[in-house]
Amino acid sequence: MAASASPAVDLSAALVLTPPPLGDWLVVLPVVLMIGTGALLMMVRKSVRLHGAIAIAALVMLVVLDAALLWRVSLHGPVTMVMGRWLPPYGIAFTADLFGAAMALAAAIAALAAGLFSLADIDAAGRRYGFYPFLMLLMAGVSGAFLTGDIFNLYVWFEVLLISSFGLLILGSEPRQIEGALKYALLNLIATTLFLIAVGILYAIFGTLNMADIATKARLAPPDAPLTTLTALFVLAFAMKAAAFPVNFWLPASYHTPRIVVSALFGGLLTKVGIYALIRVTIMLLPVEREALSFVIAVSAALTMLLGALGALAQMDTRRLIGYVVIAGIGNMMAGVAVGTPAAVGGAVLYALHSVITMTALYLMAGEAARIGGSWSLASLGGLYRRSPGFAAISFLLMLAAAGLPPLSGLWPKVALLKAALDIGAWWLAAAILVSAFLLTLALARVFLLAYWRPQPTPAVEQPCPTDWRITLPLAGLAVVTLVFGVFPEPVLRLSQAAADSLADPQAYINSVFPGGRVP
Amino acid sequence: MNTLILRTVAPALTALMLLFSVFVLLRGHNEPGGGFIGGLIAASALAIYGIAFGVGAVRRALRFHPMAIAGAGLFLATLSGLLSILFGVPFMTGLWVYPRILGLEVPLATVISFDLGVYLVVLGSIVSIALALEQDSETEIPDAEVAQAPPLEQVPLRGKRRRRDRQPRETR
Repeated sequence: MAASASPAVDLSAALVLTPPPLGDWLVVLPVVLMIGTGALLMMVRKSVRLHGAIAIAALVMLVVLDAALLWRVSLHGPVTMVMGRWLPPYGIAFTADLFGAAMALAAAIAALAAGLFSLADIDAAGRRYGFYPFLMLLMAGVSGAFLTGDIFNLYVWFEVLLISSFGLLILGSEPRQIEGALKYALLNLIATTLFLIAVGILYAIFGTLNMADIATKARLAPPDAPLTTLTALFVLAFAMKAAAFPVNFWLPASYHTPRIVVSALFGGLLTKVGIYALIRVTIMLLPVEREALSFVIAVSAALTMLLGALGALAQMDTRRLIGYVVIAGIGNMMAGVAVGTPAAVGGAVLYALHSVITMTALYLMAGEAARIGGSWSLASLGGLYRRSPGFAAISFLLMLAAAGLPPLSGLWPKVALLKAALDIGAWWLAAAILVSAFLLTLALARVFLLAYWRPQPTPAVEQPCPTDWRITLPLAGLAVVTLVFGVFPEPVLRLSQAAADSLADPQAYINSVFPGGRVP
Repeated sequence: MNTLILRTVAPALTALMLLFSVFVLLRGHNEPGGGFIGGLIAASALAIYGIAFGVGAVRRALRFHPMAIAGAGLFLATLSGLLSILFGVPFMTGLWVYPRILGLEVPLATVISFDLGVYLVVLGSIVSIALALEQDSETEIPDAEVAQAPPLEQVPLRGKRRRRDRQPRETR
């Protein structure tokens, strides 16, 4: 009634009036699918027998959707969809570029593998507690973080994945888990608060939260804007999330406490979300200020790498050991951010993709080793090679991948990072990468020597340990992925390089959000 | 807290607050209010009922587990956003219909169903937390006294009996 009385309004200035192509829906569908499935699983919470099947079906669909999204982005450039038709920067935009789409796909593959593994690992009590709904909501948070084009929305997805990770972390409510969860929760809440404060400052400076808009305005910002402070806050918050030195102590203190599937998901996905956000903000949004902080980031990266590798050498518990391997990997990606050239960022992106797959696989491998060998400790594990040669072969491949040795996928990002570091003359950073890789090789070789080749120290009752496809399939699948990308690295190398180039020059990203061009 | 005064007032108060929560939910479209605050009011209504008659009475009155209610709300909210795929508009766009009900034009929108989803999510999760917290102090209230709890469950007698039958299977 009121609308007919008021003068005609030009809606095209505020709303998207052309129907979006169906392909654009691929940007939001991964998140919608995960939230919807999570809700569905909450509704049928009593029939735990259905949970596994529904969750696996949803994860398979997630992989398909993310693959389709990556395919579309690589063909047509970044894809944007705004919520509720409101034009950006006022409407919240979901924008997928190559980096986000590739990370989302890698995360979906890792989650599918962990989901399959969980069919064997999570018992009825864990399912009744809500493992699968939490898994779905965690993946909604992770996918949302990779695909959103709005920095406050990124914060919201951080919260979503954080809350579901709390639930997963205390699955089973053991006192040990509560202790680990407390450390994890406290540190992550501090990091998230810092992130929120940084977002507030950013909004005060630019008056916008849309990433494409920020990328445009940051290049024209007035010289007195406190951008370096802002960038430092972001770097600290995301470094905390990613477990970089000196704020890495929460990871080894908490990641070994939950079920191994949960550790696998966390080790594979959560720290990488921190790295993703770090790369997105420092490389794409605030590149000039990153330059100013690059020395600090580089020192932190080098120390993270070395401490991670040394920590891995010192541990006897396989899960703690892998926690340190994750940290060493974070150092490598931080090195890419510190160097900051497109080649280095390409290396960091490639490392992140490799790390999502490999770290998930390593944790699952530790779970299977504990199932066969009956222990998490290297002191009492042994004889795994004799008991299960096939599993030993897969483990060997995964360890090569994690150490960065050919012919697995871990080699190429390290080569790219080394070359990029040497190109700008940061020889000490290159040396740190090499030393860390060497120490990691030693640490993982030690695992193989003690747990696989050594005869079992305490001859336990030789109970037959039947192979279970729900465990073998995800492990072998992840090993094949890392092997294929190690032997044929060309497509991924090109992909990550293209992703890094579009981060350094986000014009395509900005055009996708503002098709008519943004008037600053 | 199990006093006569509270037990007398609680049913009326609960009913009033539940009604008010729906009013706040619907009012929220154009004025202060909405699904979040409405859900909080409804959750506090059920919390009062729980304080007066115990956790078991609330669970029976709700018929569904609070987390299932939250799940249904989340599902409804997601569907409300997804509906726009059929109409060629971006995700979460508000879609309106104006059916005539009893000669009165009633505007209905996915905005309202989304808000209803929010209402259910908040109601379900807060009630779930409240019941878990009340459960501990619950042990000393004998079951016979809980069974006396009047009004709210006089209505769904059928559901109550079915619930009873199902009890042994749930505890398995």
